[in-house]
Amino acid sequence: MEKQVKFLKILIPIIAGFLLMIPVSNAKIVVDVNRGHADPLPIAIDDLFGNERDIVSGGSVRDYGQRIALVVKADLTRSGLFRVVDNAAFINSKKSVDSLQNPNFNNWKAIGAQALMNGSITLEEDGRLRVEFRLWDVLGGNQMIGLRYYTSPKNWRRISHLISDAIYQRLTGESGYFDTRVVYISESGPVLNRIKRLAIMDQDGHNHVFLTNGKNLVLTPRFSPTAQEITYLSYVNDNPRVYLYNIDNGKQEVLGDFPGMTFAPRFSPDGNKVIMSQAYNGNSDIYVMELRTRKIQRLTSHTAIDTSPSYSPDSKFITFNSDRGGSQQIYVMDSNGKNIKRISFGKGRYSTPVWSPRGDLIAFTKQYQGKFYIGVMKPDGSGERLLSESFLDEGPTWAPNGRVIMFFRQHPSDSRGRGGETQIWTVDLTGYNERQMVTPLDASDPAWSPLIR
Amino acid sequence: MLKLITNTKYWVLIGSVLLLSACANSNTNKDALDNTPTEPAVVEEEVVVASPPEVVETMDMGTQSSLDAAADEALVYFAYDRYDLSAEARASLQSQAAWLQAQSSVNVVVEGHCDERGTREYNLALGDRRANSVKNYLVALGVDPARVHTVSYGKERPMVMGSGETSWAKNRRSYTRVN
Repeated sequence: MEKQVKFLKILIPIIAGFLLMIPVSNAKIVVDVNRGHADPLPIAIDDLFGNERDIVSGGSVRDYGQRIALVVKADLTRSGLFRVVDNAAFINSKKSVDSLQNPNFNNWKAIGAQALMNGSITLEEDGRLRVEFRLWDVLGGNQMIGLRYYTSPKNWRRISHLISDAIYQRLTGESGYFDTRVVYISESGPVLNRIKRLAIMDQDGHNHVFLTNGKNLVLTPRFSPTAQEITYLSYVNDNPRVYLYNIDNGKQEVLGDFPGMTFAPRFSPDGNKVIMSQAYNGNSDIYVMELRTRKIQRLTSHTAIDTSPSYSPDSKFITFNSDRGGSQQIYVMDSNGKNIKRISFGKGRYSTPVWSPRGDLIAFTKQYQGKFYIGVMKPDGSGERLLSESFLDEGPTWAPNGRVIMFFRQHPSDSRGRGGETQIWTVDLTGYNERQMVTPLDASDPAWSPLIR
Repeated sequence: MLKLITNTKYWVLIGSVLLLSACANSNTNKDALDNTPTEPAVVEEEVVVASPPEVVETMDMGTQSSLDAAADEALVYFAYDRYDLSAEARASLQSQAAWLQAQSSVNVVVEGHCDERGTREYNLALGDRRANSVKNYLVALGVDPARVHTVSYGKERPMVMGSGETSWAKNRRSYTRVN
């Protein structure tokens, strides 16, 4: 409960309001997220209009207006669905409050922009920034969104991502994913003795923080869907066990008192349980722990390796991988462990199934003929599509809107230890727009947070 | 100083002081004292070269290097995605078991490792299978199970660099570590 209160405190400074006076039209322009090949929508993102004489910590209000525009541009560009029109092409750069509310659509049409974002940023008497923006349908000559935020200057990045989310949602009809974070494993050091640290960053790589110091080997972090918590694997005292990490206060605690190694943890959709594997006497099965009562329930009991469990968003099912059929394949069972059914029947080995937040797909890692792939299939195993391929692609995680998948890619190394670079990548559900995330060091095991609301 | 050096009496004195300080670092003082030389040149030689404590190491039989020497570097190799023991692995583990029977006060940790050609979580489970496969065989050969712990590192701690079958075959292993 206390965690939730703390979480809300962060949100309170950001107050959004609709700019009511202007009617919001029905969109004439729509971005189709299902067409990876489609030409990205040309959009002009004008710097937020601000007074350069109003100085706050970190620069003038005008500076903040430009920074926010830059972050919005970067977010929209990275999605692959938008093409940001170069500011150098803008025809009328002379601004006033009046021109913001009555854009000359012909000027924007002339440079090929189909949508326009403009707005202003002003300093309030209490030191907060008032940020407002409007999204315009240039061809229809209508306003599509008008939103106003109040925030302390230090939250300017979150405001930028909230604006990006609002634009993305208005133009695609899908919820955004820019106001999110990624927890992952930062890697450094030689191939034979990698130092691995828990790290967290915004989805665009900014606000990067190391959470552990590298003393203990740590692996496979996952976000709680409801609290500022991470579950992960740590080799404290050479005893690999599943831990819980509180992002607010940095506290770490071991989950349960299992005799064997616990690993492959993941939260239930309501955040109240952690599902994981225990390896005991050479056999790995799936268990679930209720976080409040710490009650443990065993879900599978088979001599095979049962691991990498993931709940369906409605909590009714669990998907996992098992080699009970001879090789690693993906299975689905009821959340009480009953009705175990194999769903992957393609060529190769299938592993690390992760249920989409929308429930319609399961992402996986596939190994076939010396290559690794990230792919998706329907929960009944049909409709398999491969999205990426390399020497080693592994560990998909979903953006909260179920449109983008993040994973890690490791390059081969040679006998002198050269190579072996490991990085986090994103790919659109269409299989297009593959992009590398920028991280300070090598990176693996990404896990996407839910929307920070 | 030149005068002193020509005097044999002083040389012996200096030599004894140096010998005493050398004694603090080695257990070979008895031999050195018995052979206290009378020639100055010889004294200098003997004192400067302090013999390394080789004796100490080979006399303690419960060390990692003794296990490594007795049983193929304490390593056992596995086939791809397998955890059963080959004839070679069994022979090597018989040496480990014999060593463990002789060193009844020593406990060991069996580390299970995998090559990089598998997903992280599956490999953690596979490494656990390999470590336990080794442990079970040692126990079957009469080793007290309480003396053998297991830990899986999955694909996290390769022994050999390189992304090819030669390297991978070496990384699919168990290592028995003296605890």
